[in-house]
Amino acid sequence: MTAPAATSVATTAALPLPYRVVSRRVDTYDTVTVELARDSGPLPPFAAGQFAMLTAYGIGEVPISLSGGGASGDRLVHTIRAVGAVTRALTGTAPGGTVGVRGPYGTGWNLRDATGADVVIVAGGIGLAPLRPVVLAALADRARYGRVSVLVGVRTPADLLYGAELRSWADAGIDVEVTVDRPDGDWSGHVGVVTSLLARAAFDPARTVAFICGPEVMMRFTAQGLLTRGVPADRIRVSLERTMRCGAGWCGHCQLGPLLLCRDGPVVDWAGAEPLLSVREL
Amino acid sequence: MSDPIAAHTVFAELSDAQRAQLAAYGTPESYRAGERLFAEGGDADRFWLIGSGSVALDMRVPGRGEQVIETLSADTVLGWSWLHPPYRWHFGAVAREDTTTVVFDAAAVRDRCADDPAFGYAILRCFTPVIIERLMATRLRVLDLYATPAQAGRPSTEVPS
Ligand SMILES: Cc1cc2nc3c(=O)[nH]c(=O)nc-3n(C[C@H](O)[C@H](O)[C@H](O)COP(=O)(O)OP(=O)(O)OC[C@H]3O[C@@H](n4cnc5c(N)ncnc54)[C@H](O)[C@@H]3O)c2cc1C
Ligand code: FES
Repeated sequence: MTAPAATSVATTAALPLPYRVVSRRVDTYDTVTVELARDSGPLPPFAAGQFAMLTAYGIGEVPISLSGGGASGDRLVHTIRAVGAVTRALTGTAPGGTVGVRGPYGTGWNLRDATGADVVIVAGGIGLAPLRPVVLAALADRARYGRVSVLVGVRTPADLLYGAELRSWADAGIDVEVTVDRPDGDWSGHVGVVTSLLARAAFDPARTVAFICGPEVMMRFTAQGLLTRGVPADRIRVSLERTMRCGAGWCGHCQLGPLLLCRDGPVVDWAGAEPLLSVREL
Repeated sequence: MSDPIAAHTVFAELSDAQRAQLAAYGTPESYRAGERLFAEGGDADRFWLIGSGSVALDMRVPGRGEQVIETLSADTVLGWSWLHPPYRWHFGAVAREDTTTVVFDAAAVRDRCADDPAFGYAILRCFTPVIIERLMATRLRVLDLYATPAQAGRPSTEVPS
């Protein structure tokens, strides 16, 4: 069993603290990015890859990754896709409204490990949100890394997150490729599964660190594609999602084999994740 | 003629001699963006190695015109319907951007495969992974991995505005 890929940061607050929604941007027809701030007290230091337990008061609490802000900023940024009661309430909270925040929880992507290496970031759908801080960190310290590729797969063109930002990443020297499963008439880009982008991405497999986030099946096939190209399993990191309740390693809800994913994940290296993902859920 | 083939990983498994044999059936050909390489239902008498650019596979859907189902980029093979009867294209193909290729005379390659089983087996070993990869990609897309329950036809999600 390989150890979890990244740093586990000690968790603090067990009760949600009220945060103010400072801004709300509609990214797509079902996804919204919110910026959260505290009126008093410092922001806890979040690392890229970690998540918070966000509370929609009176409705419930769900884990949501950090999609921006974090360690150095005065805001927490979360990109949330409305799929059910809690996420619908969170995405519907207007600026000035209050949501609860517990965290940070879980392991981070640990991009600094990739110093001097090529970086391959593969996102499926909303999976681009937890990876956004990795891209921003790579951009902020561009000379530290070799080639940086961002490969994105989405269902339809309308599901693409951060469209303008993707273009600015490309302008800043990152290789950005997008593929859609279901094109519409206006789409002139790539069509097909995200793994098909791996073949055209330029990276030196032996000195690459890869970060993958998306549906589990997509991560499995992407990891296999990277292994086939020669990227070592312990340099491929995935973010594993399981239903979470406490988020802090107490309740056992998020257990996957020997791991409690809220504490030992969500970011796990592929050498450790692969054997666990072949175990069927109960 | 062997250089363009050697550059493609698709044919990495061929021996130098086999690659030279295959190269004898190939001709460089370029296509302008929007130019059609073949149409659905037509004779599958050629196949291509894409050198640069990209090609869209499409399908005619009544009432909706030509629907793009997949795009293929550099270092991939375009066309495997020539391998098996009835040797007809299942889809159409259009250059998405200016595209360079090597186009092969499929009937001649097929004859050569029949005459020289070692060559035929080697060609099949090159094409089988291509077919498997396309099949797997299709299956993954059928799973509609990125769909929410609402999109997959279950209870609807209220859309934020
Ligand atoms: C570590 C971690 C990080 C996460 N980060 C993010 C993030 O950054 N942004 C984000 O939008 N979501 C993220 N999620 C997913 C998010 O927690 C769930 O979407 C949320 O819990 C759903 O809660 P709900 O009450 O709104 O929906 P529920 O009422 O619990 O679910 C409604 C329906 O949606 C389905 N569903 C639940 N989650 C998902 C999902 N992720 N995709 C598709 N269908 C789903 C359920 O099976 C159910 O059918 C993360 C999850 C984990 C474990
Ligand atoms: S969610 Fe409770 S232990 Fe992980």
